Amino acid sequence: MTATLPPVPASPAELTEALRATGYLPDDGLATAAFLAMRMGRPLFCEGEPGTGKTALAQAMAQVLGAELIRLQCHDGIDASQALYDWDFPRQLLHLRALEAAAGVDGSTLDADEVEASLYDRRFLLARPILRALTTTPSVLLVDEVDRADDEFEAFLLEVLTEHAVTIPELGEIRAATPPLVVLTSNRTREVHDALKRRCLYLWLDHPNVQREIAILRSRLPEVPERLATQVATTVAKLRNAELLKPPGVAESIDWAQALQLVGATTLDVDSAAATLGAVLKYREDADRVRDRLDALLAS
Amino acid sequence: MYPGAPALADEEADADPIPGLVGFTAVLRNAGLPITTDRVAAFLSAVDELDVTSRMQTYWAGRLTLCSDPDDLPRYDMAFDAWFDPPRGGRTRIVDERPPPPPKLASLSTSQDPGTDEAGDDGPQIKAAASGTEVLRHRDLGDMTPAERQHLRSLLATLRPDPPTRSSRRLRPGRHGVPDPGRTLRAALRNHGELRELYLRSASKRPRKVVMLIDVSGSMEPYADSLLRFAHVVVRRSPGSVEAFTLGTRLTRVTRELRMRDPEHALHAAGKAIPDWSGGTRLGEVLRAFVDRWGQRGAARRAVVVVFSDGWERGDTALLAEQMQRLSRLAHKVVWVNPHAGKDGYAPVQGGIVAALPYLDELLAGHSLGTLERLLEVVKHA
Repeated sequence: MTATLPPVPASPAELTEALRATGYLPDDGLATAAFLAMRMGRPLFCEGEPGTGKTALAQAMAQVLGAELIRLQCHDGIDASQALYDWDFPRQLLHLRALEAAAGVDGSTLDADEVEASLYDRRFLLARPILRALTTTPSVLLVDEVDRADDEFEAFLLEVLTEHAVTIPELGEIRAATPPLVVLTSNRTREVHDALKRRCLYLWLDHPNVQREIAILRSRLPEVPERLATQVATTVAKLRNAELLKPPGVAESIDWAQALQLVGATTLDVDSAAATLGAVLKYREDADRVRDRLDALLAS
Repeated sequence: MYPGAPALADEEADADPIPGLVGFTAVLRNAGLPITTDRVAAFLSAVDELDVTSRMQTYWAGRLTLCSDPDDLPRYDMAFDAWFDPPRGGRTRIVDERPPPPPKLASLSTSQDPGTDEAGDDGPQIKAAASGTEVLRHRDLGDMTPAERQHLRSLLATLRPDPPTRSSRRLRPGRHGVPDPGRTLRAALRNHGELRELYLRSASKRPRKVVMLIDVSGSMEPYADSLLRFAHVVVRRSPGSVEAFTLGTRLTRVTRELRMRDPEHALHAAGKAIPDWSGGTRLGEVLRAFVDRWGQRGAARRAVVVVFSDGWERGDTALLAEQMQRLSRLAHKVVWVNPHAGKDGYAPVQGGIVAALPYLDELLAGHSLGTLERLLEVVKHA
């Protein structure tokens, strides 16, 4: 806890440098967004195509701030006991039995109020991600794929994010000493309620341009030769405009470059591309369509 | 987006920037962005954290706090350029944003007027008055007098469409199912640790998503108004689980507009949102846009998808077939509603229908109120 924290960046430009040092290459908008989220204490709501670096941003920010990254993966049917806290009932019951047994041995009587108070102690509280983020300083709370949760959960999240506090009936209010930096991500499978978005900074992430993608590949995979990285980035950019069912994201181009590297290819040609196409295209229809046109795609 | 953009002129840096910034938010509001007071406050405090003389930082401060949808971004960019980069001659004139396209809804709802003017008007009107609701339920929606239309609207308002349901992953307390340790032990704690009763919980039901895709091209014009009103009733009934889109030369999402309570307001807003009333149809392309932008990401997954179209496809039917196949793989059920399917001598021979038929779970008629009620039954039990 007492470890010295890295200095907090004082401008978007400084934050850009700090993020670069972690291997995450932000553009101006992204750095400004993350900077404002830090300074204004507002959650950052990241939306965009899958594979544009929404989750990676939270990881990089945690690294920059020297904070613990706490991740809450949303899913259908997620509720407060999975996101916030739960009581450890089996342990409470054991504790109660132990008290009874002890009382039986020395013949004393138990005071009901005292017993009850001892049951609802912090040590029987199971902190789930949100409560953990509120009680950990500094921390980055990543609420991943919030669009997968349902409306009730959204309303609940809204309450926690505005108050930075949680009320547990048996214990009282738990308030964050320093609010965590909150990053929400959404793949837009469902429209998230406007009330939630209104309290956040809204960042729409696009696929990076070719130059930035080359830089990302180079920084993530230093062992991949520059020529190969350039070829992969330009080809992936073409694939994104090829009307595919699932256009490849940055994650796919990293996978592809890595796959090519592993099969020993030093340049991207028709043979090596055909052999490793599964790393970048995840639908049979897409693969069929592209395989027929590989020549044209790789030309120029 | 504005690398190395020049700082605002010196004289402006000295002046109080706030009126200019607030004025900018007013322009955005006129451009149709959902600007609220708290958003403006967030914008100002974001600018406060940044360098107001940097055009790039001001751009991002606004974009991050004032937009909330990718559809907002092009309008934001336009307004930003217009406000901070005005053409010579001052900025006040820019406040006038592009006028919204005139609503063409009025012409639709009265489209029967010119044709059936004098002679045709009286006859059916009397008939409707005489035989009442039951006849109207089976009258063709595309062939109604204004009075019948009025009556139909009130009948539509009385529909109570129940959404289909699916079982949820979330367990709820109940009398059947699997043990609920939390509740059981909580009760045991109240009894000083004595387990007296086993509480149970079971999977609950949740509304299943419904997606309505309404063809508003020229050939569907007589039905489009009634179908949108029908969609309004369904959206209003379960606003959280129903999505509505119109298909024409392009895809338009009208769910937001149809959520308004008043049908006239909702239809007016939807009319303004739809840029391609009574245009051509490119069903295949528009369906692809739907599956790409919405369906595959989740809107159509495990949903009941209802397509209202006559299946006239001017484009390539192979593309339509491919998209219908994708849709049928994503959706729980795909129902095609064709206004012509209920008419005598109808056979599904139009190119679009033939292409789509292998991927449909149901092909229904949709030319009258009666058939739409039948559709609701099918959807409810899907």
